[in-house]
Amino acid sequence: MIPESKTAQKNTVIKGVTYFLAHVPNMVRHGSKPTREIESTPNLLKDFIEHQIPFDKAVSYAPNQVYIGNLDPDDLRSTPMPWWKYDVPSANRQGPFGEIMPEEEFLGMMKICDEFEILILEKYFLENTILQLKIHPLLEDKDIEKLDGKGVPLSQIEKFIEQEGAMPLYIKGDKLIGCCRRAHEEDFNLIPDILIENLTNKASGAMALRHLNAKFGCQDSLEYLIGCGEEAVGDRYNRGGGNMAKAIGELANCQNATGSDTKAFCCAPVHAIILGSGLISSGIFNNVAVVAGGSFAKLGMKFRGHLKNGMPILEDVIAGIAILLGEDDKKSPVVRLDSIGKHSIGTGSSQQMIFEKLVVEPLENLNLQMTDIDKFATEMHNPELTVPQGSGDVPRTNYRIIGSIAAIRGEINKTQIEEFSEMRGMLGFSPTQGHIASAVPVLGHAVRDIMSGKMKRVQFFAKGSLFLGRMTQLSDGVSFILEGNNGGD
Amino acid sequence: MTEKYGKDNVVVVLGSPDADSTELYAETLINGDPAWMGPLAGVALGLSVYHILEPEMKEIIDPQIYEGQLALMALALDVDSIIKGLDKVRPKKQAD
Repeated sequence: MIPESKTAQKNTVIKGVTYFLAHVPNMVRHGSKPTREIESTPNLLKDFIEHQIPFDKAVSYAPNQVYIGNLDPDDLRSTPMPWWKYDVPSANRQGPFGEIMPEEEFLGMMKICDEFEILILEKYFLENTILQLKIHPLLEDKDIEKLDGKGVPLSQIEKFIEQEGAMPLYIKGDKLIGCCRRAHEEDFNLIPDILIENLTNKASGAMALRHLNAKFGCQDSLEYLIGCGEEAVGDRYNRGGGNMAKAIGELANCQNATGSDTKAFCCAPVHAIILGSGLISSGIFNNVAVVAGGSFAKLGMKFRGHLKNGMPILEDVIAGIAILLGEDDKKSPVVRLDSIGKHSIGTGSSQQMIFEKLVVEPLENLNLQMTDIDKFATEMHNPELTVPQGSGDVPRTNYRIIGSIAAIRGEINKTQIEEFSEMRGMLGFSPTQGHIASAVPVLGHAVRDIMSGKMKRVQFFAKGSLFLGRMTQLSDGVSFILEGNNGGD
Repeated sequence: MTEKYGKDNVVVVLGSPDADSTELYAETLINGDPAWMGPLAGVALGLSVYHILEPEMKEIIDPQIYEGQLALMALALDVDSIIKGLDKVRPKKQAD
């Protein structure tokens, strides 16, 4: 007898989201922009060191507290600006959604992720780091075993740097404590600059996924992982081959899962949520996690604006995210798979058309008005990081556009655009980590607020600049609506 | 491009979202990089700079294209303050 098909369409819910930040002020100099600028103007290096903030300041930085869930996005409206001058009272490195980790511990975590002796750490530094990691609730004995006895004398690190061109790694501004080596003598895809991008991505993604496992007990039930970071893993024959999802899953002890990576620039996480929801809805899998580590290359990307304004260089974190998708549990918010928005190849690239396809059409499909959406989640870049460099306040511009569409559609008056934008939008709070900043920082807050009844419906939409890779002039974008679970009523 | 075509034959049209960023880009293109960093530090190109949502641009854009591609942005962005930002750094004669 042929078994009954298990692929009838079912609801997919988002059970929870976790976030991770590694505060890495000493890695900022190796970001793409800083590397190029320091190479042409070596004197700049002292500015990078002088404009660092210590870990406790990074923890008490209001946007970081919002990211890990200790503050609500709307709390930023009553937080004095500039935010970097204001310490959040009772800020904590741990939050309901995840944590902020200091650079020393993160280097240790990177070493735990290193299967090929790429990352080399100095003996005494590593011994001290092990002491810190031993008390971390998400690190186990077998993690620490990977570090024991792996430290090397400083002289050996200096040799790797001088003779092999290894990338030096520092703490406290200029204290050399390690290096990242190349992994093949001739392979231009296994050089330190690329390997450290991938290692930081893996470590931050793995920490986000460990938080997800700890919070939701999903470690053994996860069947499929979808990676959606902006890294490109591979050697000279397969640059971008992947599969970071699986590498991260291994580090998070997801023994029953496999996975793959979805690539779509900044909107990859929203693509991944849609794909993962489809896997669950179709019955192929019951538990899927979407996971991404952060972007090393984007560290210090807009440092010039920060220096010009006498600010610390605040693009000093590597961010991670993990999202748990599952079968309908009759309580978690539902991904409305009957109203996915997409920017099609033939759509064109005007902002007007992009918003029409991502925001308006999905609502019309459900006979909803724009005013039926409690909050719109879009690119959530922290304006304090982007405005000084002339990139504008990205969330505010997006919310003004959404409000203007509502006015054009006659749902509100033109005089109400600002009020609409404020009520249904948020101030940006995400680090400028590309894919991480794109709508998904709001997801943890939205799940929490929908489940508590504070909100009914949130629309997530993300855009991607595909043209940056020079393979097409196209933009991209996708959207979905998350709404309260009616419990089967 | 300025070296190749001459500054009088180059017009820069900005699409920046607010007054501050518009002023920053315009100043860089007219007087050189205000942060004194990068290739335009101390290099005054003296280019003509406009914003895509200025009336001068609207006049020369096909109304149908304007309606389809720019009308929404003209409503969403604060065009008056963007123009004020430009006029802070634009030579008076161009601003007129």
